[in-house]
Amino acid sequence: MTLYLLCLVLFCIGLYGVLRKRNLVKIIIGLGIIEYAMNLFFVLLGYRSHGRAPIVAQDQNILNMVDPLPQALVLTSIVIGLGVTALVISIAIRIYEKYGTFDITKINRLKG
Amino acid sequence: MHNIQIIPLFVIIPLFGAFFVSLIGRYVKKAVVKAISAVSCFLLLILSFYGLYMLRNSGSTVLVYKIGGWAPPFGISMVLDGLTNFMLITVNLIAFFVCVYSLSYMEKYTDKPKFFTLFFLMVAGMNGLIVSGDLFNLFVFLEIASIASYALVAFGTEAEELEASFKYAIMGSVASSFIFLGIAFLYGFTSTLNMADMALVLSTKQNIWVVPFVAVLFLMGFGLKAALVPFHAWLPDAHPSAPASISAMLSGVLIKTLGVYALMRVFFNIFGMTRAYSQILMFLGALSMIVAVILALSQWDLKRLLAYHSISQIGYVVLGIGLATPLGILGGLFHLFNHSIFKSLLFLNSGAIDYAAGTRDLKEMSGLKQKLPITASTNLIASMSIAGIPPFNGFFSKLIIIFACIQQGYIGYALAAVIGSILTLASFMKVQKFAFLGELKEKYKNIKEVPFAMRFSMVCLAIICVLGGILLLPAFTFFLKDAVNVLLAGTGYAHTVLEAALR
Repeated sequence: MTLYLLCLVLFCIGLYGVLRKRNLVKIIIGLGIIEYAMNLFFVLLGYRSHGRAPIVAQDQNILNMVDPLPQALVLTSIVIGLGVTALVISIAIRIYEKYGTFDITKINRLKG
Repeated sequence: MHNIQIIPLFVIIPLFGAFFVSLIGRYVKKAVVKAISAVSCFLLLILSFYGLYMLRNSGSTVLVYKIGGWAPPFGISMVLDGLTNFMLITVNLIAFFVCVYSLSYMEKYTDKPKFFTLFFLMVAGMNGLIVSGDLFNLFVFLEIASIASYALVAFGTEAEELEASFKYAIMGSVASSFIFLGIAFLYGFTSTLNMADMALVLSTKQNIWVVPFVAVLFLMGFGLKAALVPFHAWLPDAHPSAPASISAMLSGVLIKTLGVYALMRVFFNIFGMTRAYSQILMFLGALSMIVAVILALSQWDLKRLLAYHSISQIGYVVLGIGLATPLGILGGLFHLFNHSIFKSLLFLNSGAIDYAAGTRDLKEMSGLKQKLPITASTNLIASMSIAGIPPFNGFFSKLIIIFACIQQGYIGYALAAVIGSILTLASFMKVQKFAFLGELKEKYKNIKEVPFAMRFSMVCLAIICVLGGILLLPAFTFFLKDAVNVLLAGTGYAHTVLEAALR
């Protein structure tokens, strides 16, 4: 249970970063933290105490294994997160070239 | 005789197109890239019509393709049913016309192979999301389409475009995280990811808080992708900043596929629609309808005005679907189809004005009707469709939605729909007056009508706008009725899919 609560705390830190920070880079870091919290939560769902990796080998009898499916899905999710982060960072770099600042209160050419 | 091997082609063709175009784009002539793009989109369009024909003749309501031969719930399955067909035809129809339009329109941008790569990735994501029968797969395709659209919004790499794209990317990613969290909860509860199997488990297992909690997460996530009103802040920035052809794609089909379709599939077919969900959806729909159209009235940037109208029209769709009665869903889905046609056309028109006259500001343009007759007349048709003037297609779908509201006793929502429609008419009168009527300005004396490819797309979409009403004739209603039946079946979807998978 503690682990889930820590996971929630991590998620809240990420959300705080996205919502409250004024620096583009800090917002991106917040987004990264949210993604980590999600992935951690998904992996935790498949975890069993004293479980072992579900690798089938000859003359081995696995009695207590962790659920492998969340791990496979989290791998996919990490790759997606990588793609988003790379794209967002490259946009942030271009924004810095155009506006000369990372401060979102000064990046306000769009109105309405 | 049915040929279910064609179902994965909806994903394979655009993905292969994206890969191929980006690989060879640098070494071959531009004409080759254009030819590959147009042919792929045309193939997709043909395939989606063939899918409709195949499903009608197969004698069953659903066809399931099992990837790698693994039967559900173990493998990933692709499902072709009435709703899938409806959405596939909508998406691929718009994608084809937008692709043809882009052949000429993208001349003013530099890197065309990259544009078509991103365009195809977006189409692949949308098609994949529609045919997917697996919840996590749906999420992956949703992300493919989203990431491609973030990049396409920033395609011009001007200051405003980058700003809009950044905003869109951050909000979209947070929304995706909520969707992912919802999927995690559902997996933890049901131990399955196949949508049909999940519906079956949820209907047998007692639960008090999991489904409502996940429903809220999905409502936030998909609601943000669909730009319903409390979650709409990114859309008026993102849609106008993209190139016009991409705005047409984003407003025309992306928000509907990623938002409304996914919402429908999850709420109707997995959770089963209850009165509470229905009330929430209707309230959000009515709110979007009114708030967005009032915001649209004061806009002077043509594309931003159109973007606000997208939010408003999505409100109509969600209101109709939220009613969860046969008539309401029919109206909602029909409006979804119609809106994708006329909103794409309106954005293509704005692109044509931008291409010829180089402005998006309504105060700048005047009397363009003399110089751009085809743009002006197609725009008039689309404006009348979106405002709901008979006999154009928008009239029929709005009428059905209003009737459905009255039938269920929601007079307030019906009134809101009528007021929204009148305000829409007012703001499009403004567009007509300032853009096309009046005196031609001196600096526009030498502009010419846009090239053939752009005119072709606009004229075809305008013809569909005029003829759209025939989908309600008895001979053609099967197209909408099949989609409505899938939603009305609710969690019965689970049994039909699992039975079809056994065959």
